[in-house]
Amino acid sequence: MPLIKDKTPMPAQDAKARIKNFNEVALGYSEEDALKEAERCIQCKKPGCRQGCPVQVNIPEFIARIKEKDFIGAANSIKEYNNLPAICGRVCPQENQCEKYCVVGKKGDPVAIGRLERFVADYAMANDSAKPQRIPSNGKKVAVVGSGPAGLTCAADLRKMGYEVTVFEALHVPGGVLMYGIPEFRLPKAVVQKEIDTLRDLGVEIKVNSVIGKIETVNQLLEQGYDAVFIGTGAGLPYFMNIPGENYNGVYSANEFLTRVNLMKGYLFPEYATPVKVGRRVAVCGAGNVAMDAARTALRLGAEEVYIVYRRSKAEIPARHEELEHALEEGVQLVLLTSPVEILGNEEGWVTGMKCIRYELGEPDESGRRKPIPVEGSEFVMDVDTVIMAIGQGPNPLVPTTTEGLATTKRGNIVADEETGQTSLEGVFAGGDIVTGAATVILAMGAGKKAAQAIDAYLKQKSNGN
Amino acid sequence: MYQIVRKKVFSPTLKLMDVQAPDVARNVKAGQFVILRMDEMGERIPLTVADYDREAGTITIIFQEVGYSTMALGKLEAGDYLLDFVGPLGEPTDVQNFGKVVCVGGGVGIAPIFPIARALKEAGNEVISIIGARNKDLLFWEEEMRAVSDRLYVATDDGSYGRQGFVTDILKEIIEQEKVDRVWGIGPLVMMRAVSEVTRPSGIKTIVSMNPIMVDGTGMCGACRISVGNETKFACVDGPEFDGHLVDWQLAIRRSQMYKDEEKRAMAKGQCGGGCGCH
Repeated sequence: MPLIKDKTPMPAQDAKARIKNFNEVALGYSEEDALKEAERCIQCKKPGCRQGCPVQVNIPEFIARIKEKDFIGAANSIKEYNNLPAICGRVCPQENQCEKYCVVGKKGDPVAIGRLERFVADYAMANDSAKPQRIPSNGKKVAVVGSGPAGLTCAADLRKMGYEVTVFEALHVPGGVLMYGIPEFRLPKAVVQKEIDTLRDLGVEIKVNSVIGKIETVNQLLEQGYDAVFIGTGAGLPYFMNIPGENYNGVYSANEFLTRVNLMKGYLFPEYATPVKVGRRVAVCGAGNVAMDAARTALRLGAEEVYIVYRRSKAEIPARHEELEHALEEGVQLVLLTSPVEILGNEEGWVTGMKCIRYELGEPDESGRRKPIPVEGSEFVMDVDTVIMAIGQGPNPLVPTTTEGLATTKRGNIVADEETGQTSLEGVFAGGDIVTGAATVILAMGAGKKAAQAIDAYLKQKSNGN
Repeated sequence: MYQIVRKKVFSPTLKLMDVQAPDVARNVKAGQFVILRMDEMGERIPLTVADYDREAGTITIIFQEVGYSTMALGKLEAGDYLLDFVGPLGEPTDVQNFGKVVCVGGGVGIAPIFPIARALKEAGNEVISIIGARNKDLLFWEEEMRAVSDRLYVATDDGSYGRQGFVTDILKEIIEQEKVDRVWGIGPLVMMRAVSEVTRPSGIKTIVSMNPIMVDGTGMCGACRISVGNETKFACVDGPEFDGHLVDWQLAIRRSQMYKDEEKRAMAKGQCGGGCGCH
């Protein structure tokens, strides 16, 4: 059979239409698309794709099931390794993971593994009403702090092994960044809800409005009878640039902007009571996935011009390729080799502009990317009235600062073993952005998965020892 | 769900509620705050804790109806439920035996100053309290404050009760006459700024409780940033209490105005009951 070089295209909402709504942009494969794309997989004996997946989904197997039109079987195969397939199928950076190692990709496009994953996950959600089998309790209790991708994965895996798991979430809904950070048009909240409902069906208890570190400390959880604790509290502290004018009205952190819109439904104000303000001309500082999300959200809220301001060149943009492409299609403009030095404001304290400086790229720095160097005398003012800082997030301090004996790095990240998540405290494990700094959903899930295995090993060893 | 177990109306716009929230009541300390949300469409409203009962598992909140959400909250009655109630948030008050302290509560700020005055009294301080409001109807908890204070002064702007004038007038007289070791001031931004200005010349350390616009209350969004000693701080995790002499008040006042227009729109919706399609 001749090999088809190109990926089966993903149907998407037209760019002109979609910037007027928050509906999902990528529409998902039809059965026909999925079957066609699955045929491109050559079923390698030693699948590189699987090694590239942080949770080791058996990719050739699930694609084989698709070829047989056994879509539920395909979904069940994925779920053995991945508790959140409908989410991963949408937001994983597949080009840097599974698809990067796809042999088919050497002579054309790699197999669209992410799109196939999404297809089977969505198919199963719509067509498989079977509730997961509930595993009886083994009598041991584990507390999971934070209900983002790391915490949810760890919780689900432990519950499947028989542990009684309680997840503590600070906000009023579980999901972490999946709910407050990633916009509806990229990850519909109903999809996240359904994945979380599946965990509840497994018997995972989720307590919202529970800020560990305040309501109770990690040490208290252990004293009160939890046999182990997993900390997955994420990168929930926005960085600012510490430039003059950064506290003018109209300057948002991406976290605030996205939370107001995604979690609090600010775009439905005043029906929903949380307002969000977006001006006519918006600058988003930074060029990661969060920056793309903020820029595209600003467009949908009615901004006339939206700029991504980034101090390196297009080649270094850290956002997923597909997100950048979508943003550009929608009209987001790139202002490259540029960085703000001051935010200008009026008497009443509102943003009136952003003073920037141009950069040029020098020799590669320790990150391997060419180092941006400011060009002297190149300052200019961008005419903007809203600025969104999307330059990264630090570790949320609430748990690290209130957990006695927990070792942290200078930046406030929790020190944890990469393979097991073991921290400096016995019985306490950590993973995801709180350990690594801001990364991706799938890496956090990988960390949650490894920690679940390590917690299981730890508790088994402990009960043998006693 | 969190049940409102008691409601008390001080005035048409000033109300007290005891909310059943045992997890919050167990660990809460003076100076901390909670965030509540009335229903699915509601805002996350931060309120500094006025009192708590660990045994009954209740938290007392007192709020003034200033905008759409607090007006809607004020319509709830005992027996009704709040959808979300999260806390204790923020750092507790630094309670030590400082010697002689003055606790100033202005308007609805009388509520959060009460547990602080009580904790300071319990820690062995001589506690002088000053409470004030625009008028008699907006004044509350005089007896409660008296019970935890060695001395209590009362002022109203219009002279309808206590002394006519501002709480700062009384504060000024006190610090002119006696040595004060520390001052707490809680109330509207302009009042806290005035308290800080009164104590600035004598350098008496003055603590204020900031209540800026906030969303999550756990350090995640950065909405509540204020400038203290030229450093950006997040009121939710670094505060809510700060050294009043170091706070950039102009900035804080400007930032508090951020959603003034939206508030008007929401109020307009609220007045016609919403759903009329006229807005």
